[in-house]
Amino acid sequence: MLGKFAVKKYLFSKGIDEYLTDVYNAYRFALQFFKEVFKPPFHFREVINQCYEIGLKSLPLITLTGFIVGVVFTKQSRPSLEDFGATSWLPSLMGIAIVKALGPLVTALICAGKVGSGMGAELGSMKVTEQIEAMEVSAINPFKYLAVTRIVAASIAIPLLSFYCSFIALLGSFVNVHNLEATSFVTFFHNGFATIKFLDVFTSVFKSIVFAFTIGIIACYKGFNATRGTRGVGNAANETVVLAMFMIFIEELVIVQVSNWIRYF
Amino acid sequence: MEEQKEKNIINQDEKVISIKGLYKSFEELEVLKGIDLDVFKGENVAVLGKSGSGKSVLIKIIVALLKPDKGEVMVLGKQVNKLLGKELDDLRLRIGFAFQSNALYDSMSVRQNLEFPLTMNKKSLGKKEIQIAVEEALDAVGLKDKINEMPAELSGGQRKRIGIARALIMKPEIMLYDEPTAGLDPVTCREINELIDEVQKKYKTSSIIITHDLTCAKATGNRVAILVDGKFLKVGKFNEVFDNDDKQIKDFYNYNFIH
Ligand SMILES: Nc1ncnc2c1ncn2[C@@H]1O[C@H](COP(=O)(O)OP(=O)(O)OP(=O)(O)O)[C@@H](O)[C@H]1O
Ligand SMILES: [Mg+2]
Repeated sequence: MLGKFAVKKYLFSKGIDEYLTDVYNAYRFALQFFKEVFKPPFHFREVINQCYEIGLKSLPLITLTGFIVGVVFTKQSRPSLEDFGATSWLPSLMGIAIVKALGPLVTALICAGKVGSGMGAELGSMKVTEQIEAMEVSAINPFKYLAVTRIVAASIAIPLLSFYCSFIALLGSFVNVHNLEATSFVTFFHNGFATIKFLDVFTSVFKSIVFAFTIGIIACYKGFNATRGTRGVGNAANETVVLAMFMIFIEELVIVQVSNWIRYF
Repeated sequence: MEEQKEKNIINQDEKVISIKGLYKSFEELEVLKGIDLDVFKGENVAVLGKSGSGKSVLIKIIVALLKPDKGEVMVLGKQVNKLLGKELDDLRLRIGFAFQSNALYDSMSVRQNLEFPLTMNKKSLGKKEIQIAVEEALDAVGLKDKINEMPAELSGGQRKRIGIARALIMKPEIMLYDEPTAGLDPVTCREINELIDEVQKKYKTSSIIITHDLTCAKATGNRVAILVDGKFLKVGKFNEVFDNDDKQIKDFYNYNFIH
């Protein structure tokens, strides 16, 4: 299994250094993933099981959150547009906001909490009860069977959830717009998508895959490196959520910057 | 019991495990400091030692779960710490490892726990053959009726047995038992000891049995080895080892029979 990289002397401070080594170790974990993912044996059945787990468990929460985000954002944006008499722009504003930013981000944050903590705790408890070592002595590669399958499943299921979340949020927005401006369903979605370009959709999907991959990698990395005892399992779950959310925001920032450069290039 | 054990055919010419000058430390903590041990074919060696003396570390090195710092570990004619990938997997399949914590997969039923190593390693096996193998292994540990239960629903002793059954399912040549009787009542202890004996006869295994329980060591071991301070203080037949005036051995003996 992967050895953990550790610093002997602190560069900045204990806290910051630990954070950076954590990120570096997670990065090495990701490299290991790319080394293993294309090598047989492939555990397709386990990938499907995990997709199912991830998707089904998060669906109710995503539905609720997505809808509320759509409604609330529309409500909050209306007054500023009203000042210019431009409420007819609401659908396209919401389309942009939801497809480009809110959908992927909200989904990723919810999944970091729900999927990430679950995975971190599950693998962490397998680690501390020697189940991972038991696989190794049975000549089963636990990295492939447990980590690779979960990371692949997350990278498939979370982007799909993200699509779904965007759709539900737009639906929420439509309900609000329809009630106040009597805009029809067709007009709403026509206007909503009018200003969205291929690059926007592409960036959105790409972003979602990056977020999902991040959650998977961090959860598996934390789980596989859980320390002994129940404390170790709790920490694995908790640290997964903290580190994953942190990374998701940084990635969001970077991807938005880069996609803007591409746009104006 | 003594008589029965003499009937085991121990082949003194064939070493299945041979350890020479083994050292292992974790950062500052020196755990193993020069271990030498030979296990012959068909033999049961009981390793005795206090909690924290490095018994688990020793057998984890034998299956390459841990890497030694120094020394040679030969298992079934192969140098374990030099093996990688497929070769290591092939060797590991010839060794059964019963974990101290049982390490049963808690998301799987007893049946799935036993099937898992089989289906993952022998893709050619049919449903029927797997079913037969599972039943046979469960039969060997006397828990056929628990096939559909989850590990969480079993008692400590039953979990130990399922752990042993899972190790047996690949028909290993070597069995490594990590504290098979720890935390069990005397009656269950005796049953597990008998089980280890039966396994040795039925599956013709050579084994290392790790324990801090003298009764278990006496009942199961053809030879015993006492691990103190990272080294084997004494290796030999039970009576020879404990018929000794060495203070540390006396202490160990007295401690066990007083408590
Ligand atoms: N992976 C590890 N990392 C760091 N230290 C370890 C590791 N594994 C074992 N140790 C240390 O090595 C020493 C020996 O541990 P080991 O588990 O082999 O003891 P043991 O003889 O099996 O004890 P017990 O009878 O309680 O199971 C202990 O001090 C333990 O803290
Ligand atoms: Mg131990």
